[in-house]
Amino acid sequence: MSSALILSNVSRSFGETHAVDNVSISIEPGQFIGVIGRSGAGKSTLLRLLNRLVDPTAGSISFGDTNITALKGKALRHWRRDCAMIFQQFNLVDRLDVLTNVLIGRLAEHGVLSSMTMQFSDEERAMAIRALDRLDLVPQALQRAGTLSGGQQQRVAIAKALVQRPKIMLADEPIASLDPANATLVMDGLKRINREDGITVLVNLHTLDTARAYSDRIIAMRQGRVYFDGTPAQLTDDVVRDIYGLDGLQEFNAAVTSTSVHASVPA
Amino acid sequence: MTFTVAPMPPLTVDAAAPSRLTQFELDFATKRRQARRNWAIGTLVLVSLFAFSAWIGDFFKITQVTMPDGAREWRWIIPAGLPRLGEYVSQTLPTLRWDSFWSDFGAWFWRWKTWLKLLWETVLIAFMATTFGVVGGFLLSFPAARNLSPNKWVLWLTRRLLEITRTVPDIVWALIFVFCFSVGPMAGVLAIGTHACGALGKLYSEVNENIDMRPLEGVKAAGGTWFDQIRYGAVPQVLPNIISYTLLRFEINVRSSSIIGYVGAGGLGQEFRTAMSFQEYTDLSALFLIILATVIVIDYGSEKLRHKMIGMEDRP
Repeated sequence: MSSALILSNVSRSFGETHAVDNVSISIEPGQFIGVIGRSGAGKSTLLRLLNRLVDPTAGSISFGDTNITALKGKALRHWRRDCAMIFQQFNLVDRLDVLTNVLIGRLAEHGVLSSMTMQFSDEERAMAIRALDRLDLVPQALQRAGTLSGGQQQRVAIAKALVQRPKIMLADEPIASLDPANATLVMDGLKRINREDGITVLVNLHTLDTARAYSDRIIAMRQGRVYFDGTPAQLTDDVVRDIYGLDGLQEFNAAVTSTSVHASVPA
Repeated sequence: MTFTVAPMPPLTVDAAAPSRLTQFELDFATKRRQARRNWAIGTLVLVSLFAFSAWIGDFFKITQVTMPDGAREWRWIIPAGLPRLGEYVSQTLPTLRWDSFWSDFGAWFWRWKTWLKLLWETVLIAFMATTFGVVGGFLLSFPAARNLSPNKWVLWLTRRLLEITRTVPDIVWALIFVFCFSVGPMAGVLAIGTHACGALGKLYSEVNENIDMRPLEGVKAAGGTWFDQIRYGAVPQVLPNIISYTLLRFEINVRSSSIIGYVGAGGLGQEFRTAMSFQEYTDLSALFLIILATVIVIDYGSEKLRHKMIGMEDRP
């Protein structure tokens, strides 16, 4: 049923900059993958390439028998539904209520008429409320999304991704603008979805210890290329120093960038 | 949990600092001098352009006027012409005497039944025209917005379409539609509606160009179409501004529809023509008062409504 997501020699350049440079990786279903690297290393572009918000300049992406890079129109929209995306700035519609924001995750299934009139079925509303319940947000369901805190908004975004019934969930620095407590809630939510629903999760992260604590596999990018691909245990301090180019710093400690509230992080 | 802090560089003033500050002072002075010079040049250019336009526009013309003693003399046009304004206005004023006030007042507004009927027609023309303009302008404003348009051809086409409808004044559209559909309020509705569509479409599209694009990306990433992105991502953001501009346009359209009858397109305007051709100058002041009162009432009402809506916006 579920198949591997395979990137073969994928590149994307913006003018002279090679944001993603000849990347080949294979992602098995059900994995929790942390993507790390300096700002501008190509992490965001990599995620955007996967759900085709950005098109590659070279190479191809495939999922099972489907060539993702060739998808168009309805097939492309269905791929985006299957490959849900969560953003650093949440990208919710502030002036719509939380429930409608979650129901946006159902739009790929709708025709023009029901979508333009914002008509959703009872089943879809039930699905949305169940998704909100998993993230403890039912009391806020009828509030405007803009009135929620950052952490709550990010969980709304996760609920929206859930009702897409995706096979893969991409999260582009989902905790970068959150405080430690909310960051933990969001990461725990992603981990639970990964474990309970078997959804593949790819998360871009700035904080090393978060990546270590939550990921089964860590991919590190440097200047658009995959510099490291392995388990958290294989990610030694020497490798980290190379990834972040910390040659100047004598001592390096992940706790400096930590967003964790616990001394020991939950698995 | 243990952690170490990387040593910070000591906060000392190095020897190069004084010269860096001097350099800043120099740069700052240069920048200030440049700004002052640019301002002076700009002012000079503006003033000369204004004076030149005024000269072309006959503002400095010297004309011959007849003095009270019958002599002809050369005078500057503005003080020479101003008294005539009072002359015209006084012609349109009615004679109102204290002891026969009500009969005089009745004589001034002698056609009030016709005028009220036409006033009602005027407001209805404005209402229908605003509705047409809003629907057309709203639909066209999305393809006409640089950040939302699906491609540059659609952008170019809708923008030109809006320009054509907007550039032709509504009185000219009225002439055309009266020719097509004969005299009557329908021609007025179409004329003002067409012009309002262009004007509103332009305003709405500028609102659209200032929105936050992230919600649209959120809809796109969930598998939404272009229409979904507009409906869910853009429309909720622009709605308050759209309502505000629409009410403002209704006020403008009431003014337009009160004059459009001059060319036969319905409403009060036709009475201006009648009054002028029959030299019933006091009718003009009566009509002017009716329109003024209507516009004041509508301005006040729509302002209240707008503020109420903005107030509703602030509440969560």
